[in-house]
Amino acid sequence: MRAFLLLVLLLLPPALARAQQVEPAFAAIASQDYDAMAAGIGELATSGDPRAGAIITALQAGHLYADAAGGLYIRKAEGNFVAADSGAPAMPDEDALKRLRVNNGVRRAVAAALGGLQLFATDPATRRGAAEAVFKSRDAALLPVLDRALAKERDPAVRLAMEQARAAAILTSATAPDAEKLAAVAVIRARGDLDASALLASLPNASPAVATAAHDGVMAIQRVLQLWDMLEGVFYGLSLGSVLLLAAIGLAITFGVMGVINMAHGEMVMIGAYVTFVVQETVRQNAPGLFGVSLVIAVPLAFLCAGLVGIVVERSLIRFLYGRPLETLLATWGLSLVLQQAVRSIFGPTNREVGTPAWMSGAVPLGGLTITLNRLTIIVFAFLVFAALMALLRYTSLGLKMRAVTQNRAMAAAMGIRTPWIDALTFGLGSGVAGMAGVALSQIDNVSPNLGQGYIIDSFMVVVFGGVGNLWGTALGAILLGIVNKFLEPFAGAVLGKIAVLVLVILFIQRRPRGLFPLKGRAAEA
Amino acid sequence: MDSDGTSLTRRQFGGLGAAALAAATMGVAKFGISSAHAAESGPIKIGILHSLSGTMAISETTLKDVMLMLIEAQNKKGGVLGRKLVPVVVDPASNWPLFAEKARGLLSTDKCAAVFGCWTSVSRKSVLPVFEELNGLLFYPVQYEGQECSRNVVYTGAAPNQQAIPAVDYLMKEDKVERWVLAGTDYVYPRTTNQILEAYLKLKGVAQGDIMINYTPFGHSDWQNIVAQIKQFGSAGKKTAVVSTINGDANVPFYKELGNQGIKATDIPVVAFSVGEEELAGMDTKPLVGHLAAWNYFMSVDTPENKTFIKQWHEFIKNPKRTTNDPMEAHYIGFNMWVNAVKKAGTTDTNAVIDALIGVSVPNLSGGYSTLMGNHHITKPVLIGEIQDDGQFNIVSQTPGLVVAQEWSPYVAETKDLIGDWRAPLSCGNFNVKTGKCGGASK
Repeated sequence: MRAFLLLVLLLLPPALARAQQVEPAFAAIASQDYDAMAAGIGELATSGDPRAGAIITALQAGHLYADAAGGLYIRKAEGNFVAADSGAPAMPDEDALKRLRVNNGVRRAVAAALGGLQLFATDPATRRGAAEAVFKSRDAALLPVLDRALAKERDPAVRLAMEQARAAAILTSATAPDAEKLAAVAVIRARGDLDASALLASLPNASPAVATAAHDGVMAIQRVLQLWDMLEGVFYGLSLGSVLLLAAIGLAITFGVMGVINMAHGEMVMIGAYVTFVVQETVRQNAPGLFGVSLVIAVPLAFLCAGLVGIVVERSLIRFLYGRPLETLLATWGLSLVLQQAVRSIFGPTNREVGTPAWMSGAVPLGGLTITLNRLTIIVFAFLVFAALMALLRYTSLGLKMRAVTQNRAMAAAMGIRTPWIDALTFGLGSGVAGMAGVALSQIDNVSPNLGQGYIIDSFMVVVFGGVGNLWGTALGAILLGIVNKFLEPFAGAVLGKIAVLVLVILFIQRRPRGLFPLKGRAAEA
Repeated sequence: MDSDGTSLTRRQFGGLGAAALAAATMGVAKFGISSAHAAESGPIKIGILHSLSGTMAISETTLKDVMLMLIEAQNKKGGVLGRKLVPVVVDPASNWPLFAEKARGLLSTDKCAAVFGCWTSVSRKSVLPVFEELNGLLFYPVQYEGQECSRNVVYTGAAPNQQAIPAVDYLMKEDKVERWVLAGTDYVYPRTTNQILEAYLKLKGVAQGDIMINYTPFGHSDWQNIVAQIKQFGSAGKKTAVVSTINGDANVPFYKELGNQGIKATDIPVVAFSVGEEELAGMDTKPLVGHLAAWNYFMSVDTPENKTFIKQWHEFIKNPKRTTNDPMEAHYIGFNMWVNAVKKAGTTDTNAVIDALIGVSVPNLSGGYSTLMGNHHITKPVLIGEIQDDGQFNIVSQTPGLVVAQEWSPYVAETKDLIGDWRAPLSCGNFNVKTGKCGGASK
């Protein structure tokens, strides 16, 4: 850190003369008046004062404190303080200290200031981030610094970011000649994303020639982005589809294969989400280092917990109601209310926070797409769960027995299969899969007692649409419904889009009452 | 009476002490007359009408708890008029028709002197005819869309001009916002608020093309393309902000999506009217730092009154991590107003209390006094807070004085001529100043 500040110092010789006059900037930062703070930060950053970096970084991290007299102190990680002006250890009266809070205006000033300061950092990623920050701040005052940084820069990716930042600064400058501005428009146009289009759409002090070039640039960028939008729609649809698939796949077993109308299916999903919460809390308290894998730990536990609840429910309630769909519907609906209120009594009515591990946060740009990592993970997870379930039904002895019992109960019993036991296990499997869905849904939805309610209707819709009793139909139905929904939403709005999908499904069921892939053969007649 | 002595001396600063004393002595005289037909002895029943199960339990359970705390504390001080207060808790289970049924029970069977309850506007609309028919008294603690002024309701939450409009003003002034996304859940509060905001923005010279309105169903959880749309709308080269009237449960996935798609508060700030400390408690707030909320109270308000209130709450609920929020403060103010009005009237008789309530002034938690105006709304300061990484709000703006509620919006053509004033001689909730008649929208 010190080496880099020294470097800044060496690179900014004209600023040295002004280095003594930063006291007003210190006072402004300590003033707690947001406008004055923002101005003070700008002043401090361009003063070339060696203390600027440390002070502004501390402010950003929330480690900068001020006392009543306007003295600034930096709190170190160990909890001790150093005076910001001298860097010497200090023992201020902690009760009189106020942590300096910032608002969005100050935050922008801090980002721009750090951007300017970090253009010479040793780490290329930091330099690139700094260049992006300067690009966003569009501060023409940073042009000379950018020029110096560009002259030294060897990394091509960082160079490109710096050139774009320089172009942005030129475009907002009042004095740059038209030729330079036209070249800058070309650089920004080549960048081609939403930020570029936003910049070109709002050029201050542009001559007619520059304005025309900028307008053409915006049009060109928008044309390309429209194509990407289509692809983005497909990704969104796939992502919604995978969530629907996860929610519905357990139901495809309990309702589709066993024929039990299980209104408490959503509550199994909720139980899975609460298992995730409990696992995360335990990990946080006992082994914070494992936080990154807490979700991986939660998956099998959620499967077991929800599966056990499922088996208990089957043994104590549902087995008495086979063949009586109306009673099953009412009993399981009542059960769903009981489970909700039980969770509400144990965990409280408020939402519980389930954190997102670092590897699932944020997004990666892929061409013109923004792929959010949590959604990507859920898509992969949904297909893994689907594949595992198919394999279980197809290749294991338990799967064989399940298929045998659901296809012809009497014959299976005659062959020596304990059908009541298989019923319980099948119901447990469906519930367990719903529990695993809960782990995934805890990442995108509220972990509250009402979590399951939002998914129960959609799940039934997917299973019926896909064809009752057919897992492939469920998968394809979920993806199709997801994509159709996401393509309708921009035109019709979220509310009408949902209604339209429902109407489409009803019309489809009218034409093909047995869904996309109806079961054929003797099983279908049962 | 000892503990009351201090608050009386403080209240004299408000200039109301003398009036209150006079009314109290008059109340004794009145006692003899009205006791003939009203139950004027034995404990006073207070109805608590908040959902303890179903979707709204997440928000309303806390309000039930805060009411129990306030009643318990008042009983320790000797109750009101020397009578104990008894809470009657019912659970309308987030079911709107059930709200009306339970309200009827509270008023006609339990004979509650006052009812504190409701959260959503639709539940309030559902109980309103019951309170008007049976002449009950409802204290409604949540910020709402306005356009209502009933004699039997005391609105202790904010009207739109006490929350939404100051928030928009703040963004216009401080962040130079020129483009607006009005995003809300599809029901009466967001629709009415956005109607008012749209009219207000146009009045301020914002073009139709710079306003995007988006509605989503309750509990909407897939925000991917709406957030992408907002991002795109925000890339037109003008500073853009989102005004969110998104309700309860849908907020968590909405903010998660914002964080994941990398929309920072410094790029496109979101100002929310339904997101408080309680909602943030269920979220990882690090990606949300800098997004805003407008309320009349934040837990982070730095006043001695608030410190005492938070301490009292933590002791009552036996959990030092529980947060306080704006509707809790509204119940705190509403309950104290009711206590003062009953003391002033010397009776719990609804008509007497309603007359006594107007003009009652009690301390709020942000260091001032809130007064109940003739329109049955209270005066409030408006605070704008930015979300911090610890789930609390950093107050970045506060109105210099108290804001008087506009129950009928002056920005909506149908209601711009209406006023409500329940003081004699007007005694009317929707008086049309153009036609000079009570009870009419100007069509």
